[in-house]
Amino acid sequence: MTESTMKAPKKALRPVKWMRENLFSGWFNTALTLAVAYLLVTSVGPLLNWFFLDANFVGSDASDCTGAGACWLFISQRLNFFIYGFYPDELQWRVDTMFLLLAVAFVPQFVERFPGRKWLGLFGIFGLPVVGYFLIPGGTFGLEEVQSSKWGGLMLTLILAYIGIIASLPIGILLALGRRSDMPIIRGICVVFIEVWRAVPLITVLFMASVMLPLFLPEGVNFEKLARALIGITLWQSAYMAEVIRGGLQAIPRGQYEAADALGLGYWRKMGLVILPQALKMVIPGIVNTFISLFKDTTLVLIIGLFDILGTVQSTVTDPAWQNVAIEGYVFVAFCFWVFCFGISRYSQNLERKLDTGHKT
Amino acid sequence: MKKQTIDTRPAGPKPWNDPRVRSLFFQAIAIAFVFWGGWVLVDNTLSNMESRGISTGFGFLNETAGFGIIMNLVPYDATMSYGRTFWVGLTNTLLVSAMGVVAATILGFIIGVARLSSNWLVAKMALVYIEVIRNIPLLLQIFFWYFAVLSNLPSPRQSVDVGGALFLNNRGLYLPEPLTQEGFGIVWGGILLAIAAVVGIRIWAKKRQLATGQIFPTFKVGVAILVVVPLVSYLVAGSPIEWDIPALKGFNFGGGITIIPELAALWIALSLYTASFIAEIVRSGILSVSKGQTEASKALGLPNGLTLRLVVIPQAMRVIIPPLTSQYLNLVKNSSLATAIGYPDLVAVFMGTTLNQTGQAVEVVAITMAVYLTISLLISLFMNIYNRAVAIKER
Amino acid sequence: MGNSMTDQTLTSETQTPPKDQSDKKPGIIRVEGMHKWYGDFHVLKDLNLTVDQGERIVICGPSGSGKSTFIRCINRLEEHQQGKIIVDDVELTDDVRQIDTVRREVGMVFQHFNLFPHLTVLENCCLSPIWVRKTPRKEAEASAMEYLERVKIPDQANKFPGQLSGGQQQRVAIARALCMKPKIMLFDEPTSALDPEMIKEVLDVMIELAGSGMTMMCVTHEMGFAKTVADRVIFMDGGEIVEQAPPHEFFTNPQEARTQKFLQQILAH
Repeated sequence: MTESTMKAPKKALRPVKWMRENLFSGWFNTALTLAVAYLLVTSVGPLLNWFFLDANFVGSDASDCTGAGACWLFISQRLNFFIYGFYPDELQWRVDTMFLLLAVAFVPQFVERFPGRKWLGLFGIFGLPVVGYFLIPGGTFGLEEVQSSKWGGLMLTLILAYIGIIASLPIGILLALGRRSDMPIIRGICVVFIEVWRAVPLITVLFMASVMLPLFLPEGVNFEKLARALIGITLWQSAYMAEVIRGGLQAIPRGQYEAADALGLGYWRKMGLVILPQALKMVIPGIVNTFISLFKDTTLVLIIGLFDILGTVQSTVTDPAWQNVAIEGYVFVAFCFWVFCFGISRYSQNLERKLDTGHKT
Repeated sequence: MKKQTIDTRPAGPKPWNDPRVRSLFFQAIAIAFVFWGGWVLVDNTLSNMESRGISTGFGFLNETAGFGIIMNLVPYDATMSYGRTFWVGLTNTLLVSAMGVVAATILGFIIGVARLSSNWLVAKMALVYIEVIRNIPLLLQIFFWYFAVLSNLPSPRQSVDVGGALFLNNRGLYLPEPLTQEGFGIVWGGILLAIAAVVGIRIWAKKRQLATGQIFPTFKVGVAILVVVPLVSYLVAGSPIEWDIPALKGFNFGGGITIIPELAALWIALSLYTASFIAEIVRSGILSVSKGQTEASKALGLPNGLTLRLVVIPQAMRVIIPPLTSQYLNLVKNSSLATAIGYPDLVAVFMGTTLNQTGQAVEVVAITMAVYLTISLLISLFMNIYNRAVAIKER
Repeated sequence: MGNSMTDQTLTSETQTPPKDQSDKKPGIIRVEGMHKWYGDFHVLKDLNLTVDQGERIVICGPSGSGKSTFIRCINRLEEHQQGKIIVDDVELTDDVRQIDTVRREVGMVFQHFNLFPHLTVLENCCLSPIWVRKTPRKEAEASAMEYLERVKIPDQANKFPGQLSGGQQQRVAIARALCMKPKIMLFDEPTSALDPEMIKEVLDVMIELAGSGMTMMCVTHEMGFAKTVADRVIFMDGGEIVEQAPPHEFFTNPQEARTQKFLQQILAH
């Protein structure tokens, strides 16, 4: 076979050609490019100045913020509050330990072929809540007790999101199975439960948990505010979880159900050994996505008076000792959330792509 | 040969091994459990309410509310009933939701299309917008607009003044209000005439195309008619509109239409946030139309504009509409974050103030949840009807 | 764009077998020194071909030989970077109006049918006559029904494509292309996505069409079809036209080693 050595005709230099094709093809595109470029150029300069060049990084209180730019001092000075809330300083090692364990369990999930990453993940899901249950509130094993009203900041945000997702998983599985059951009454109960929770905003759920839950319980039994919020979040989240899992159950081919029946497996064995392991693996991206939205939604607890990371910042920007630091505070919280959510969503997209190709071959 | 007839029916299983009996048994247990749970809850609630001296029933709806609300679309003052606060809250929720749906849809479609633009810079900007906005909690964005942006606007005396008619300050946005004068009926007539003319032209153009194949530029002519006819009738009637222009009276503005900062912040944040999700839906909807479809359309000689209008958009819309409506539903639900900045929506007014004053948590929460449930059911009903209507038929 | 072209008269004379169709227009498709690249990958190399009106060309070759890309260049679904393509006296350049003119005269049938799933069979057929040819709807529908009868599925006119079998869908696609009353029909592997029992019904329609004197270019592996209807068989490999000959000659006495190897592989079973 004679290999032609002819090269594609080059009409212009590469970058010039690229720009002509991608930025200046036709008058409309050219105008658009120029307008966007103008906006970028005029806004990047002032933003850069505000963020870095004119910003204040060193000092100890508001009087040190003399520049025209951002007062990052405010963040660094109050960082402890934003991360731990009112958790006592000398006991913060307990929270740090949990942060570390969380990182150990989940950061390897981003690295493919990390040895034992599956076990670390399973520890993160099943082991970590147990460790946290003893470590964070204390009161056992000679650990000093820390009331949940003292928890706050990033730590509280993570607790809410994490427990919300873990606790809603088993309820979600049961609801999903119930919704796909042959028994009309069980199916009806599950459908009503799922649809009612999905129809109402989280705020009403939180209000309900904080106002109505005490009424529902027998006299003398009561939960702390945090526990009430967690119950509300879990019930609400389990409805969304059920729908995600149902999607996975529906995606399992009929043949799998039939094969399990043919092997003589009963309902729970069939589901537990054959269907659910496949379905759950398939819906990991979906679960991760609901986790992201739950993570963002945990900010709502500040409305019922809990101090999550946004709550701590919000209560500080109104502090008279610091003035006009609202933007800095919000930028800081936005950055924290953005890093978490963007990172996790990228992870779930990768996973989705991998699972997708895995299923076609 | 035996004369005995053989019973061909399978031997009946023992009742506890019969799947039908088992199923009935489990369902009976489930019902019993639900009823028992419900009874325990009701019993606990009733005894708790009694011991706390909370009255029950919906009688409170007729009692005087006695608190003011900063914004009301239906007439309201503090002497009116709690029942009226419900309507004030509900209309405020519906107002901000409707405004949000319109703005988020327009913005979302623009950004979604921009994301697919051949212009590299525009596509990348759209990507950055989507990835930044949707990964930041909505509540934080509402706070940002309310506390960081709108509160930092100048005071009424130093208002941002646009042409002496439009004023922006930290109390809100003040717009001139059009007051129709005598003779405005002629303008209404002009508008109706224009609409009728456009509808007529559309029907005529379609008929003519069916009969002769000629294509009439309905869109361009229609827009021209819609602009020119009302304008002419307005001038003929002698410009029968007077503008109530807001003016500084004492420490604040009076007259005109006021958009309070709470509404503005909520509206901006809801629209920007939801738009980032809609943009992704629009993008994936357009991408879902396979390349073969556009190729086939081009091979049939349809130019780009017609390919888009007759082949791509009708198919993309089928993919876009279902998730789009669920975004609308999310927007309605998210509008309840109004509570956090004091915009008087249903949750803030009814589930907030009214509940606090009356203490009748069960009734108030039930009514509020019923409202959201109704909205949700209406939207899914519409969805199902739509899906059935446009479903692409397959074997 | 086709600025550098090879000697036009020379190529067309040497490559076109003499034909005695005096009433037919010679050279309705003229491809001269055409090259195409995907990025740096040279897909089509110096293609020269003249097709006369009424001629029926079958293009074959191993997969990846560029035959589909070639046929898609003829109605500019793919751009060529060098050389000339002239269809019915209109040269294909970046000019949108010339592209539209050519596409109006050239019908195309795809491997995966590409029917519009949201339109009925009849609407699929009428779309282009109504919007491009500006035919009154009644007329367009009547003529569409004629073509649907020709492909033997008039009774399916009001169904949606998704309700038809593959073979039926492909016949609708052929009818849809014919409704434009094109001068040239391009077929891009029309039977390769079909189940074996449906191939014949599509081929029958194509054979009937060939008998009516339509100019056809067809990329296909159906050698039987090539033997019965083609005036010329073109063998492509590695982006080049390796050999072209009337079918009898092509199958019994292939000149090139690559052609022989291909024919052995394809006729072996």
